[in-house]
Amino acid sequence: MKLESMYQEIILDHYKNPHGRGLREPYEAEVHHVNPTCGDEVTVRVHLEGSGADAKVVDLSYDSLGCSISQAATSVAYDLVVGRTVGEAFEVLAAYQEMVQGRGKVEADEDVLDDAVAFAGVAAYPARVKCALLGWLAFKDAVAQADENAPELEGQR
Amino acid sequence: MTSLASVPTTTGATLDVEKIRADFPILSRTVRDGKPLIYLDSGATSQRPRQVLDAERHFLETSNAAVHRGAHALSEEATDAYESARERIAAFIGADDGEVVFTKNATEALNLVAYGMSNALTSDDPKAERFRVGPGDEVVVTEMEHHANLVPWQEFCRRTGATLRWFGVTADGRLDLDPSVITERTKIVAFTHQSNVLGTVTPVEQIVAMAKAVGAYTVLDACQSVPHAPVDVHALGVDFAAFSGHKMLGPSGIGVLYGRRELLEALPPFLTGGSMIELVRTERSTYAAPPARFEAGVPMTSQAVGLGAAVDYLNALGMENVHAHENTLTAAALEGLQAVDGVTIIGPRNLESRGGAVSFEIDGVHPHDASQVLDDSGIAVRVGHHCAWPLHRAFGVQSSIRASFYVYNTLDEVQALVDGVRRAQDFFARDGVSL
Repeated sequence: MKLESMYQEIILDHYKNPHGRGLREPYEAEVHHVNPTCGDEVTVRVHLEGSGADAKVVDLSYDSLGCSISQAATSVAYDLVVGRTVGEAFEVLAAYQEMVQGRGKVEADEDVLDDAVAFAGVAAYPARVKCALLGWLAFKDAVAQADENAPELEGQR
Repeated sequence: MTSLASVPTTTGATLDVEKIRADFPILSRTVRDGKPLIYLDSGATSQRPRQVLDAERHFLETSNAAVHRGAHALSEEATDAYESARERIAAFIGADDGEVVFTKNATEALNLVAYGMSNALTSDDPKAERFRVGPGDEVVVTEMEHHANLVPWQEFCRRTGATLRWFGVTADGRLDLDPSVITERTKIVAFTHQSNVLGTVTPVEQIVAMAKAVGAYTVLDACQSVPHAPVDVHALGVDFAAFSGHKMLGPSGIGVLYGRRELLEALPPFLTGGSMIELVRTERSTYAAPPARFEAGVPMTSQAVGLGAAVDYLNALGMENVHAHENTLTAAALEGLQAVDGVTIIGPRNLESRGGAVSFEIDGVHPHDASQVLDDSGIAVRVGHHCAWPLHRAFGVQSSIRASFYVYNTLDEVQALVDGVRRAQDFFARDGVSL
């Protein structure tokens, strides 16, 4: 059933017990993103070491209000970007974005996406894609603000 | 499963809902793998009966032309159809023909008033002076406004230097009519007739009296009242009122502004161009009498015809009957939802001065997620802040679920909503994932 395929156990687990939640210091940039259609909000801080694609994501801290999809997506983002380089994190984000915006026609690459592959079911519900992207795009925005040499996201301008 | 047997089943006594439903082709479709559609989102937009669709098609197939220009046969027929729609719509709300202006939607109608009034600051028409507002003056809105009757006034205040003041909302979802809010400085009081979130019907006569006592103009957002109950704008005594076609069985792309004749005759135009002029010279132009003054450019025509047909349809049902039917559904929804542990109604919990929008929260289930489960059962509801963000803040909630009812809804559908809410609770509590 579609509903269960969207709300996979892993999503509900992250929703119930979010990873890395809370705003922490130090950080180089903080952004606040809102989904104006539903009022979901997220504040994201990033702490980077270095610059450009090789910069290391030392921390992503966040505070958020929203539905299970947006909350869980941000929690998964924390797991997948912290400890990686910005280049690697953006590679995951690009694959993730392609998957959730793919209307179910994009084959998800589990090797790249890891737990984020659980959000594949969201692609069947265009109205929820923004929820799945809220925290991730805030992360991307925060990196861009923290580092003027931040790489472009693949397939984005 | 709760039974709604205790609700008086007057459905059918006032409206023949099965017969009505047969007029709405969309209601027979299924969604999400064969679930019958249960459409509980008429507060956002209503569905349209064949009679409205047929009227539009008939007009377009027989009489389509640009109205109020040209002298050929089709042009005359089109103009007659357009003006006939205006007459019927005006009569429907107790207004005179010349007091009804067609706009793109209710939002544009409210902006028309706000921009017309601020244009008075630069108008050289002495009649426009009465609308001049500036620093030291105040505009009053309410915390339960839809953004459409709020943001235009924030912008109006920014343009004119006036100050925005607010009537608050009480915990039980009523307006707190603090008498100190309206003062000698108040020039405009803009308020809703019926909250699109809470369902609350506001005491229009009382607010009009408060405004009149200080010579302030009243601007009523009637989007949620005109489609659902008898409304007589002259009896209410408001200066302006706005509503939209698509929430009352009519087409989208058409809204209505009612303005007292004397005021429309003095209000400067908002949009300018063709149709709205009297004389155009190279150095300056003069403007047509209302309503033409506020209908620049070739207007929407089949939409006006369709809205006329929607008004005919509602008149045939009888607005008292429409209101009674919605009361039955609302009572059932309030009772059914309140019987579910963890559900909190946002707004009045009884039928007193209340319409058929029922908003609620479910403990531990975000509205977006609840809506997804309801949708999976074929039930369409609205979630989010419903374009009433300040109201949600006032209630300390980030968003809510809203069911809204209309002539084609049934008690079985209300029961399905209540069952769907329980299903959402069960779904998110599954496998020990207690949220």
